[in-house]
Amino acid sequence: MTNGKIETGEENSLPVVAGTTRPGRWGASVSSLRAYAMLFALMIIWAYFQWMTASELYPYGLFLHPVNLANLLKQMSVTGVLAVGMLFVIVARQIDLSVGSVVGLAGGVAAMTQGWGLLPSFAAAIAIGVATGALHGALVAYANIPAFIVTLGGLLTWRGVILYLTKGETIPVRLPVFRLLGVALMTRWTGLILAGVAVLALVWMTIRRNRARLRHGLPVPGVTATVLRIVMPALLIVLFTVAMNSQGGVPLPVILLLAVATAGAFLTQTTTFGRYLYAIGSNPDAARLSGINSRRHILAAFALLGGLVGIASLLHTGRVGSASPDAGTLMELDAIAACVIGGTSLMGGRGTVAGALLGALVMASLDNGMSLLSVENATQYIIKGAVLVAAVGFDMAGRKRS
Amino acid sequence: MRNISKSFPGVRALDHVSLELHSGEIHALVGENGAGKSTLMNVLGGVFPHGSYDGEVLIDSELCQFSGVRTAEESGIAVVHQELSLIPEFSIAENIFLGREPRRFGVIQSEELFSRAKVVLSELHLNLEPHLPVGYLGIGQQHLVEIAKALAREARILVLDEPTAALTESEADVLFRILDTLRHRGTGIIYISHKLGEVFRLADRITVLRDGRAVSTDGTSSLDPESVIARMVGREVSDLFPDVDRRPADVIFEARDVSVEDPNVPDKLLVDHVNFTVRRGEVLGIAGLVGAGRSDLMMALFGAHAGPRTGEFFMGSERVTIGSPSEAIACGIGFVTEDRKRFGLFLDQTIVSNLTVAALARLSGAVVTDVDAEASVAGRSMRELHIKAQSAFTIAGTLSGGNQQKVVLAKWLLTSPKLLLLDEPTRGIDVGAKQEIYREIARLAGEGLSIVLVSSEMSEVLSLSDRVMVLHEGRVTGEFLRSEATAEAVMACATGSVRSAAAVAPGGLL
Repeated sequence: MTNGKIETGEENSLPVVAGTTRPGRWGASVSSLRAYAMLFALMIIWAYFQWMTASELYPYGLFLHPVNLANLLKQMSVTGVLAVGMLFVIVARQIDLSVGSVVGLAGGVAAMTQGWGLLPSFAAAIAIGVATGALHGALVAYANIPAFIVTLGGLLTWRGVILYLTKGETIPVRLPVFRLLGVALMTRWTGLILAGVAVLALVWMTIRRNRARLRHGLPVPGVTATVLRIVMPALLIVLFTVAMNSQGGVPLPVILLLAVATAGAFLTQTTTFGRYLYAIGSNPDAARLSGINSRRHILAAFALLGGLVGIASLLHTGRVGSASPDAGTLMELDAIAACVIGGTSLMGGRGTVAGALLGALVMASLDNGMSLLSVENATQYIIKGAVLVAAVGFDMAGRKRS
Repeated sequence: MRNISKSFPGVRALDHVSLELHSGEIHALVGENGAGKSTLMNVLGGVFPHGSYDGEVLIDSELCQFSGVRTAEESGIAVVHQELSLIPEFSIAENIFLGREPRRFGVIQSEELFSRAKVVLSELHLNLEPHLPVGYLGIGQQHLVEIAKALAREARILVLDEPTAALTESEADVLFRILDTLRHRGTGIIYISHKLGEVFRLADRITVLRDGRAVSTDGTSSLDPESVIARMVGREVSDLFPDVDRRPADVIFEARDVSVEDPNVPDKLLVDHVNFTVRRGEVLGIAGLVGAGRSDLMMALFGAHAGPRTGEFFMGSERVTIGSPSEAIACGIGFVTEDRKRFGLFLDQTIVSNLTVAALARLSGAVVTDVDAEASVAGRSMRELHIKAQSAFTIAGTLSGGNQQKVVLAKWLLTSPKLLLLDEPTRGIDVGAKQEIYREIARLAGEGLSIVLVSSEMSEVLSLSDRVMVLHEGRVTGEFLRSEATAEAVMACATGSVRSAAAVAPGGLL
């Protein structure tokens, strides 16, 4: 075997397996054809809405106008954060149905503890998320109760707890900074500076990666390829920032979502913890026989999701401006749908953060676009349901062929 | 059955096999694992429908062309497979009549169901309450219910595949009485078993299969166990195997008094007080038939058996506790499992992920992984073991069986083990890959790695091992040095008909 045959999969010389997860260049995974198909579907959805929302005021369409785009992304940020957390759990062949109720509980607790000050109330929300997640994880991993049951119980229990705590009343958000968390726009300069930092990080990581490959005697991409790998994403980052700045600035929840996603991609793609989650989900028996402590990892995955649920509850409560006892209802299904549309297998072992985000974006685009077109609520539900089933159906059909 | 031939991709499983069964006869079918016994019975039972094999199946000189299991059953053929096909939540009676419940206008007549079940059970002298869910029964009794289910079909031809593998001695006696009764009633019975004692006790005639061919059919009275064993193993050992010239050094691993209980049947010992040692650079072969407890012993050594385990392990002179696979790995033990798809591989992950998973912290990083370091390690492994794949990032499930097996082997070599357990390392792979794995075993032992090799292929065990230990029903029934081990002697111990002197006095050889 020659050196040239060992490569890290940036070239598409491999037999394409749908939903393939390959470690990529910088955290996020370089996915196969399947991801491109998803991206293509998203483009079609966008083009359709853009065309349909064209009017005298917006001759080229309203949908992709920066103002609406910012709106869409704000709507997506809560589902996105939840989807990243849900990915950890689904990849390990588990499920969490309690996410929506915990969003309600953690958000409610944060609103109730505003008197303690901003940080303590934020900490309380995140702590509630981690604690409930760890409890679910412990029951699944150590008491051998199926995750479906544990978290179905959680869905009911935690909703009951928040109803009990608030006595069914809605609590307004009083702290101004809490409110801003869900709606604030970064100043233009902050946005540009953050974009600059992201581009610099991109450059640094690409160079570091090339050096590492050189050190290990692996083929290194040429200068043109390296430059392209920096320029293409950098261009996207700058373009996005400029577009957002044209409507006032990059929304804070979007920045938070991107931060969570980056951390999630890092965790799943470049840590031993992430690798073990995939292994456990792919083949629990083989994972155990490879010396992996599956129970500890499953507990940790649930706790991590819990922490992200805490963060999502803050974003949601801040955006809505109040904590109502039925906040977060059905959010678990949006998060699961986002993961699944993004190519995550409910059988475990397969799925990426980038895919989950893409899935969340598809769902948010449908929501936003149909609202713009004033599609009836009833129709919206039907269409979203059909899209979910169709996306997985196409995926399965493609998988069978390969 | 006349001139039955059946091929699978790359293998000729049956080669012009003819078998004749009289009514009122128990006809034993014996042969090594993979000799074609199950394939032949699957032809008879309609699992392989007419057209998928060559040859003819005749009942009362009438040509039968079964399109599936159902039509075979309608012709009076009942096959009891090794694996149970009972529904644990259903009652004994419901299981016995599953799919053929007495009914009127689609409504199940439960009184009739239970009374008929009672009759079937009493005919078999089985003192079981037909209302009891099958899940409450022990595995042995479940097998008896499975047999009752076959009998309730009023089968004229009954095929039993290793029926006593899961039975206790007293349950087996019950079965033997039942078979005797059936014989007198005129049922023809084909009895597949590895246990020659049973075969000689029950059978009227014995057919020996070897490598897909019927070697002989003779009346039991004209045979003795030795001649049957000779016919079962009679095959020359080719130069598939590398030469062995090793001088095993000091003892590196010792297992003392290891017993493993069946997790499903309390008090049934799958491994029964086994003692053995392995020396540095030695290959210890473990022979035995299916169900002899070989894999259970391996699982126990690796801390991965589901059943309760007793016994002590020593690494060098130091006593070690092995309660989990991670502890076993920490002790320097690696384990290439028997069923690579179920226990060994992450089929939807890349080769790199599969290779480094058991030693990820050392090969990559304790917290943050280093994909490039892994890729270069994987590249080296793939070159060393000749793993053929497009790249180190190919998905493991797309590889051929031989390459998959090499990936599993390479994964364990990357943990730098001192002791490597190999359970059926060449099952289901082609000859070329087999030979490569044989060479690898010889090379590794030559470099000082200690290997425990479990294999159902007699020639493999005999040709690769420095020493052979034989298991039968969880007990060590024989131990041979390379120079003394012959196929006949090992098979005699494996079928339980002989115990070698060394086994009677444990550790007598070393």
